[in-house]
Amino acid sequence: MMSYQLIGITVLWVFLYGYLIVASIDFGAGFFAYYAKVTKKDHLINKLISRYLSPVWEVTNVFFVFFFVGLVGFFPQTAYYYGTTLLVPGSIAIVLLAIRGSFYAFENYGSRKSNFYMFLYGATGLLIPASLSTALTISEGGFIDMKNGNAELLTSKLLTSPYSWSVVFLAIVSVLFISSTFLTFYANRAGDRGALGLLRSYALFWSIPTIIASLTTFIALSRHNPRHYNNMLDLWWMFGLSVAFFMIAMFLIYRGEKYGIAFSAVMLQFFFAFFGYGKGHLPYLLDPYITIYKDATHSSMGTALIIAFIAGLCLLVPSLFLLMRMFLFDADYIKGKK
Amino acid sequence: MFELDSITLSRLLTAMTLIFHIIFATIGVGIPLLISLAELIGIKKKDPYYQLLARRWTRGFVITVAVGVVTGTAIGLQLSLLWPSFMRIAGNVISLPLFLETFAFFFEAIFLGVYLYTWDRFKKPIYHWLFSIPVIIGSGFSAVFITTVNAFMNTPTGFSMEDGKITAIDPIKAMLNPAAPTKVFHVLTSSYMTSAAILAAIAAFVILKNRGKASIYYKKALKLTVTVTFVFSILTAIAGDLSAKFLAEYQPEKLAAAEWHFDTSEGADLLLFGRLNADNEVEMALRLPKFLSFLAFGDFNAEVKGLNEYPKEEIPPLWIHYMFDMMVSLGMYAIGVTLLYMLFMKIKKWNEHNRLLLWLLILNGPFAMLAIEFGWVYAEVGRQPWILRGFMKVATAATTSPHVGKMLLLFLALYIVLAVLCLTVLRRLFKNNPADLELAERYPGLPKEEI
Repeated sequence: MMSYQLIGITVLWVFLYGYLIVASIDFGAGFFAYYAKVTKKDHLINKLISRYLSPVWEVTNVFFVFFFVGLVGFFPQTAYYYGTTLLVPGSIAIVLLAIRGSFYAFENYGSRKSNFYMFLYGATGLLIPASLSTALTISEGGFIDMKNGNAELLTSKLLTSPYSWSVVFLAIVSVLFISSTFLTFYANRAGDRGALGLLRSYALFWSIPTIIASLTTFIALSRHNPRHYNNMLDLWWMFGLSVAFFMIAMFLIYRGEKYGIAFSAVMLQFFFAFFGYGKGHLPYLLDPYITIYKDATHSSMGTALIIAFIAGLCLLVPSLFLLMRMFLFDADYIKGKK
Repeated sequence: MFELDSITLSRLLTAMTLIFHIIFATIGVGIPLLISLAELIGIKKKDPYYQLLARRWTRGFVITVAVGVVTGTAIGLQLSLLWPSFMRIAGNVISLPLFLETFAFFFEAIFLGVYLYTWDRFKKPIYHWLFSIPVIIGSGFSAVFITTVNAFMNTPTGFSMEDGKITAIDPIKAMLNPAAPTKVFHVLTSSYMTSAAILAAIAAFVILKNRGKASIYYKKALKLTVTVTFVFSILTAIAGDLSAKFLAEYQPEKLAAAEWHFDTSEGADLLLFGRLNADNEVEMALRLPKFLSFLAFGDFNAEVKGLNEYPKEEIPPLWIHYMFDMMVSLGMYAIGVTLLYMLFMKIKKWNEHNRLLLWLLILNGPFAMLAIEFGWVYAEVGRQPWILRGFMKVATAATTSPHVGKMLLLFLALYIVLAVLCLTVLRRLFKNNPADLELAERYPGLPKEEI
């Protein structure tokens, strides 16, 4: 029997993983849409991108809200430490998310197409993952100082740390890689050959920086937090599986077949890497201040949250399924016939 | 302004976010109901005007939803960023409704997406209408859950504390705290009222602009929205009355501060407006004899607790009296003006589209939203100095970060940009596509004189 603390963090980690996938698709799509416009290839892919994004953009944001609301619920100490230290990067992330979400609606429902909106949509797609990844960097420890009982962020240390920058780099390239592999699959589904060709080339291109960034981050982590690094080495099989799925995905995309399986493999690649990273991180939520056992909420609240979570899932999974059937996997909708 | 301490700055930033967010939150809760009503009437009566109303309202609605979502995310994160010590305590006890609120919103978001993109996808239009139900339920429950969190700050229950540490938690009891029922009731009814009032103001404006000769479309819109405003303004008044009775029992200092009621007394007077002199004596106020006792307990002779029973440092600022009075006055205005319209409509000889009445209805839109703002300022400032009444003061809950001032400016800029763009986009959206053109286009069978 798992403890409620462990169930709690697993649930939250699943949500963060969900956010990683759906938000990456969205963030990357924004960048590709803008990039295609600059390189005058927008006629090929932008219609396809907007058909996918329109019905789902709101849903993306909710995964993130779920994660941080749940985190504060299960582990209230995180509100104190992360809240105090992340005021500036957190606020910047909020502003970027706000610009992105509202401008998307303004442009999409507001009848006028503007290059400036497109630019912001593309730029925020890369800046948001960069700013959000700060939280993961800080969680490794070494960037917080306790002065007179108050937590303080060591900003200059954060900005000069090789680990911190390797995480930012990894976040950005992963976004582009996940997004391009999904859109390749989606274009194929829509039977849009022009879009497929372009997006497939993006997917192949971004695969290389993704694997390089993963390795650099691994190395940087070994210097920054040897405990976490060693835990991850003990979980070598998870990272092995991750690499294996990456190779399967690349093989299929290179051969130009079974894009659906290829994208599933990419999801599994990130699943194993993300959970390997997360499992190695435990029991710390913030090294060395917060652990999942010492700082969890009371068991009555933990149980209530888990029950609420299960009840919520019973409601949401069928609804999400409906949404996907209507928009994601309805061939006529994707092809623009509905 | 950077000389202000981080507590004041945190309060300012939170207030600013909430004042901005509540506009979109109110609309977000209320408008789905009106859209759904219009579509249902349109389908049942096979009336193209109502069907088009639902379509056009939805189109404007999604723009405001976007701003509501992003500012909602902002306040959700700011709670932890600006009030870390509060969230470390509150997170323990009140995270269940916060969590549930996210679920309710998720549910709403999914079905709003479906509703938005399936207008012409079903053979039977009623299937499309069905998708509006989960949107109403989702947005309604979002409001319910988040309001219980605010209620908890006023009447924290469901936990026990020893030496500043929480020892036992009953999440359900915390959620269903004494302030929750009346607050939820008041928030829901006032959201429906205000959303309808705003839509009514827009319809009245167009009719006025066209000198009363506007199309049937706008007249039908006005009739529906004013009727809904009327119904919910009555319910809001009832909810307000119940809230006062709740305050008298559980949070007497908040009611006493709103009413400048200093000495505990029986048969207390209700004060309207006026001012306080240097000795805290009330001048120039309109006195309704014994009405405060009646408002508080439904009995003209009941005893109402006064502010002097409380230590000075635990009394909220007294200017909230004006917030309270403005909220109530504007609420009464809504009842009055909608009643007047219905009277004019009933009496055949009178023209309900006369200039004066249209003007009064136009004003009612912004007035209703102002009443919401005043009400929230009263609710929040009336809780001072507490952030968790009886347990934690605002001053000990705020962040110690030195950067709050800069963040205040950053968010101020963000909200200005969002407000300007939101209004511009909405204006352009409807200006470039007037209702009569769209009617003619969608329903070519309609005779020309009926457009």
